[in-house]
Amino acid sequence: MLELSAGAAIAEIEAGNLSARELFAFYRRRATEHGGDIDAGGLNCFTWVAEDVPEAGEGPLAGVPLAVKDLFCTEGVPSQSGSRILQGYRPPYTATSVQRLQTAGATLLAKANQDEFAMGSSNESSAFGPVLNPWDRGRVPGGSSGGSAAAVAAGLAPWALGTDTGGSIRQPAALCGIVGLKPTYGSVSRYGMIAFASSLDQAGPLTRNVTDAALLLEQMIGRDPCDATSLEFPQEIARPRAERLDGVRLGVPAELQNPGADFAGAELQPGVRAAFERALELAQELGASVQEVHLPHAAHALSAYYILASSEASSNLARFDGVRYGMRAADATDLLDMYTRTRHDGFGAEVKRRIMLGTYALSAGYYDAFYGRAQRVRTLIAQDFTAAFADVDLIVTPTSANVAFALGEKTTDPWSMYVSDFFTVPMSLAGIPAISIPCGLAAADGGAHEDETRTQAGGLPVGLQIAGPAFSENRLLDAAHALEQAIGFAEGSARV
Amino acid sequence: MSDGVTQGVTGDGADAPTLEAVIGLEIHVQLATATKMFCGCALSFGDPPNTHTCPICLGLPGSLPVANGRAVHFGLMIGNALGSRLAPRSIFHRKNYFYPDLPKGYQISQYDEPLCLGGRLGDVRIHRVHLEEDAAKLIHVGESGRIHGSDASVVDFNRGGTPLAEIVTEPDLRSAEQAGEWLRLLRATLRQLGVSDVNMEEGSLRCDANISLRPIRDRPAGADELGVKTELKNMNSFRFIERGIRAEIERQRKIIEQGETVVQETLHYDPASGAITSLRSKEEAHDYRYFPEPDLLPVAIDEAMLAAAREAMSELPAQRAERYERELKLSADSAQLLAFRSELADYFEAALAAHADPPPPAQALANWIAGDLVSRLGEGEDPSGSRVRASALAALVGLVAAKRVSVGAGRQVLDKLVAEGGEDPAAIVEAEGLGAIGGGDDELAKIVAAALAANADAAERVRGGNEKAIGPIVGAVMRETKGRADGTEVTRLVHEQLGI
Repeated sequence: MLELSAGAAIAEIEAGNLSARELFAFYRRRATEHGGDIDAGGLNCFTWVAEDVPEAGEGPLAGVPLAVKDLFCTEGVPSQSGSRILQGYRPPYTATSVQRLQTAGATLLAKANQDEFAMGSSNESSAFGPVLNPWDRGRVPGGSSGGSAAAVAAGLAPWALGTDTGGSIRQPAALCGIVGLKPTYGSVSRYGMIAFASSLDQAGPLTRNVTDAALLLEQMIGRDPCDATSLEFPQEIARPRAERLDGVRLGVPAELQNPGADFAGAELQPGVRAAFERALELAQELGASVQEVHLPHAAHALSAYYILASSEASSNLARFDGVRYGMRAADATDLLDMYTRTRHDGFGAEVKRRIMLGTYALSAGYYDAFYGRAQRVRTLIAQDFTAAFADVDLIVTPTSANVAFALGEKTTDPWSMYVSDFFTVPMSLAGIPAISIPCGLAAADGGAHEDETRTQAGGLPVGLQIAGPAFSENRLLDAAHALEQAIGFAEGSARV
Repeated sequence: MSDGVTQGVTGDGADAPTLEAVIGLEIHVQLATATKMFCGCALSFGDPPNTHTCPICLGLPGSLPVANGRAVHFGLMIGNALGSRLAPRSIFHRKNYFYPDLPKGYQISQYDEPLCLGGRLGDVRIHRVHLEEDAAKLIHVGESGRIHGSDASVVDFNRGGTPLAEIVTEPDLRSAEQAGEWLRLLRATLRQLGVSDVNMEEGSLRCDANISLRPIRDRPAGADELGVKTELKNMNSFRFIERGIRAEIERQRKIIEQGETVVQETLHYDPASGAITSLRSKEEAHDYRYFPEPDLLPVAIDEAMLAAAREAMSELPAQRAERYERELKLSADSAQLLAFRSELADYFEAALAAHADPPPPAQALANWIAGDLVSRLGEGEDPSGSRVRASALAALVGLVAAKRVSVGAGRQVLDKLVAEGGEDPAAIVEAEGLGAIGGGDDELAKIVAAALAANADAAERVRGGNEKAIGPIVGAVMRETKGRADGTEVTRLVHEQLGI
């Protein structure tokens, strides 16, 4: 059962060879045994696991169990967004994207740990403790969808739902050796996702392979009357079948290859560079052409992103005031004291840092210099991509400059953590889709890995990011599928 | 409406320059949509607390707003009525501040790109009109009645998220009375549009006033320098608005006359005590950190929306008054008296449409409605809800105009109609013996002759050219006829019999 991808499990259930309830019970047992407390030997990738085996769902997803990032509201089930301020909060409604998947037959297996309010790149800012990377338990799984990524990599869930604001699906997928897709902004409803940065947040699948990503995405997309920014997807999501890349023009952005002195930490580790270059060679062997493209403003993406995302977050998180739900500080002397102490005790350091940053950026007298300028940079970056897509079909980069880093390695230096998003943030600002697929292994120290078969223990996964124009998900999935077949990544290496 | 220039506030001291008040208003109008501004909850008033709520208007995590198209439509109608420029594209912003009546920690409101810009109503220029959501209702338990010092505070979210149009005027008003008068025109306009209940007691129309004083003297023509202003918050009746503004003008005048400076602040007027106090709780030097609401798209107005807003426009009070003057030749005062209270105008038009025989002249009908009828009804009462049918009043005014009933007798008939109703004033005239004396028969001439004989001194003075002396003679005739005689006819007979 463990060896079945979600798509394969659906086929087995539909063929009558497998019971959906049996599959659910199997994963529920694994999730309970290995997904919990670190002290009990778990990965701490789940904050809640289903207590019962539900009735099998009906529909195209055939009852295959699904792990869902904590920040999706799920009716009656804790939805805490990794924060102490929402500890024990059980919403009265279910997010549209989750609802659609359930309607299509998915069953809710577990809620996945995450960075607090999705702010982080290592899952270490969660109020419910860090998640361990199943490839090496001394390392982070990436973030903010770290619990979702670790669970899928470890085989504790067939697939999972995450969210990506500046790389929060793609980077943990890369660090855990799985597939993660951030769809075009607006293609999946945000209704019921506890917001981090509204103009950037986007839900997407974390899966074992590209086909599973397409299967999940197919059921999530579409306009939602409850989300004014959602859009009707112009096509159906097709099952990716491409084996070749004949005629596909791939662009490698020069500016992301050589980040420069301002972005210490974004230089590619030698092993990551080697795996990336090997993937480019494979792409050419499949018939693709590779050329350099320019994204002249991409170097400013990180600065613009941290201003815009933090500004929106400072406002989105204002509702956590202790008045109606979640935590409320006891023994407050008056209203202001209640607000102050609730938010002081309820939010973690990283969340407070971003609220401060965003509040400052939106303040009278600073708005134009920060928020206004960041918006202009965002427009320029989107224009860069439009220009680049006149010359190439898809853009490829490494997803992360480095392999999974050690727990605690970057927690004392926020900047080094922020640089983790260097390759993923430009696409988020442009609102375009991007997928990360595993493209090989690097040595644990980031050095080139010796083993050409990429299966040797001790190696850590490297992610390849493929981005396309808005609503090019089908093209993206096809290219990812062809490369996935050629790369032959051993997806089972991190199973527990 | 007054010309708005100088209802100056005169200082006591001989040296003190005459000060004039400069007043601008901000009016919040609850729009009478079926549902709230950004969610599907029904609007309500007086329902049990927290029965019209959902994840969106409670600001629950993960919920998102979706703008109410009907509210945008109403906003465009208001813009049309005020002659505003309708922005092809307007934007919702977030206004960030913490308060328990604001569940998201921000209010969604329009900021630097509002739906409507500019315009005019009566003598007052409009600055802008924008859409926003109302806050929830806080109820403070304890003696203070305010959040500070209360034992506990509870929140009723029924009102939270109700669509509001905020109408901001230019500082074109010069007195409390003028402000009150203009607000009545605005209320009549909004009521006529059907976009709001405009009920101040229920809070569907709320008004803030920005008030400053400046010397009239030494001000070069055209200079529009303003004094330091204060903002008087949230007054919820016409009476209190006028009183509050008057009290604040008086307060500022004393400060200025004592050589001190008015402090810019937000104030609360307590109608019970007449006291003006500084509001601190919510208003402490806020930086609202406005930024475009990322959960909503810009409001894009297309030709279809503009056409729908134009088609939905009925005749507005100012237009109605103008039509009464132009087509019915009413005096300007009568036309406005009726048109600015749409229930009176509707009644007036119903009376005209009754085709009474003999027909009542429009001006006479207007005078009877705005004068005799209104004074016999309760304050603000809609005459169509009274016992006096519009057709009956039309018939009565027709009889009076044809001199078949005197004015005095007509008023007695009206008393009867107010008390008992009835369809046929002529029947009341008949039953009560109130028919006019005069016309063909010589009954009235005999009564006049008797009155002249009984008031020989007065008769002599009238003959000598003193017209005022006719009073006692006419009075005697009216006493004798119990008011049924027509005054003009009596005067004519007096003159005739005296040979002048």
